[in-house]
Amino acid sequence: MQFLISMYINPAVLDALTEEEKAAIGAGHGRFLEALKASGELITTQALVDPSQAAVVSVRNGQPVVTDGPFLEFKEFLGGFYLVDCESRERAIELAAQIPDTTIEGLGVEVRQVMFADGQLEA
Amino acid sequence: MTAPGVEDLLRELTPQVLGVLVRRYGQFEGCEDAVQEAVLAATVGWPAEGVPDNPRGWLVTVASRRLIDEMRSDHARREREAATAHEVTPEDVPDTDDSLVLLFLCCHPTLTAASQTALTLRAVGGLTTAEIARAFLVPEATMAARISRAKQRIRSAGSSFRLPEGAEREERLRVVLQVLYLIFNEGYTASSGGRLHRPDLAREAIRLTRMVHSQLPEDGEVTGLLALMLLTHARRRARTTLAGDLVPLDEQDRTTWDREMIDEGTELVKASLAGPALGPYQLQAAIAATHADAATAEQTNWPQIHALYLILERIAPNPVVTLNRAIALAETEGPTAGLALLSTLDADERMAGFHRLLSVRAHLREKVGDTAGAHRDYRRAAKATASLAEQRYLESRARRLR
Repeated sequence: MQFLISMYINPAVLDALTEEEKAAIGAGHGRFLEALKASGELITTQALVDPSQAAVVSVRNGQPVVTDGPFLEFKEFLGGFYLVDCESRERAIELAAQIPDTTIEGLGVEVRQVMFADGQLEA
Repeated sequence: MTAPGVEDLLRELTPQVLGVLVRRYGQFEGCEDAVQEAVLAATVGWPAEGVPDNPRGWLVTVASRRLIDEMRSDHARREREAATAHEVTPEDVPDTDDSLVLLFLCCHPTLTAASQTALTLRAVGGLTTAEIARAFLVPEATMAARISRAKQRIRSAGSSFRLPEGAEREERLRVVLQVLYLIFNEGYTASSGGRLHRPDLAREAIRLTRMVHSQLPEDGEVTGLLALMLLTHARRRARTTLAGDLVPLDEQDRTTWDREMIDEGTELVKASLAGPALGPYQLQAAIAATHADAATAEQTNWPQIHALYLILERIAPNPVVTLNRAIALAETEGPTAGLALLSTLDADERMAGFHRLLSVRAHLREKVGDTAGAHRDYRRAAKATASLAEQRYLESRARRLR
């Protein structure tokens, strides 16, 4: 079963962390990634640029209209994700609980099963 | 010989060659890698140069050389290598088939189901890591890590290379059958994703179960599982439309069912039911055979199916069995009786949010004329499923009721 573990971050919450806390989060992600690779559960992981760099595209009367900035105007936004292949929903939740973000109030870690997949996954 | 012929031959020989090596050198991990390399060499070489006279001996020789090379390059093992390494000639190869022993090893109870299936497909099925990765829709690196972790775990569990005895053997055989059924189901329904069929995995599971059956012909549950797979696989062409939409059993074009497979499955069911003990796979196969026996959906012998589910519920109580019995009960005593049985499952935590409970209830509500309730349940079931084909089907049922 494949699951997307999404990490919702809040810049205000991150800014309030000490340098040590930030370093601990980075190290925690590093350890999590190595463990996922070794167990054969990692499909891929990616982190996204700041939402201020996003562009919203729509097409009106056949013409694309581009607006700079994110689509959703929330304090929290999608910072990145892990795509994993594991035994069960319980295991996916167990994995998500190892992500350091889960210990910090104001950051969100969400688990959802994949329903359809296509395309190349080879790294 | 053509390439598919070579491929089939290699898949059959892989576990035999691996068995010879593990018997001779121990260390399952290293032997498995060496055999995989020898098989790759054969895949490339044989179609061009022709299959050697003794293909099994050839593979044993090549795999042994690889293994010995690997041992030589390993300083820590220099002493042991001197004692064990010797050139193998095809004549040395004993004529025993260790496929079953290997299968028990790959389905080791300390492994997760995902690792058991992956390792079984590689070491016993002779599939490459890349093929297994494709079948399970994960990157090759992910599958390689999983297989290597599984092999390490088998080593640290200190497993010996022999068939378990007595009660342990019974217990381990159940795990083996479960793994084979899992591989089959992965090919047949695909737990998630858009593709409903992954026929290669289903075919592979049938081939491996056939192998177990040929070595344990007296085991009723092995026979039952093989029959169940054949009877299910026989319906593969009727299960989906060309567009990939799901066709329920009562609407399938039964003329496209694979008669030959049904006949074989039915014969196996009959043979296994004559045995001393009845197990869950035999009963499920008997149910599948009853469906296969009906030329039209209307001619289905529902009283017999209901009776079989009753026995199954007694020997292997499980809410999913009760759910299926409710369908049979609805056919024999009417949808209201079916709904009453379903309501006994509402409190079962294992069934909470299970899309099949919702879809069966929707179906029965539709039959009693509760259109609004049926519509609601079809929509909820569509949200709960992880299969795109099932979701499309359930949404189309909901639309018909609007």
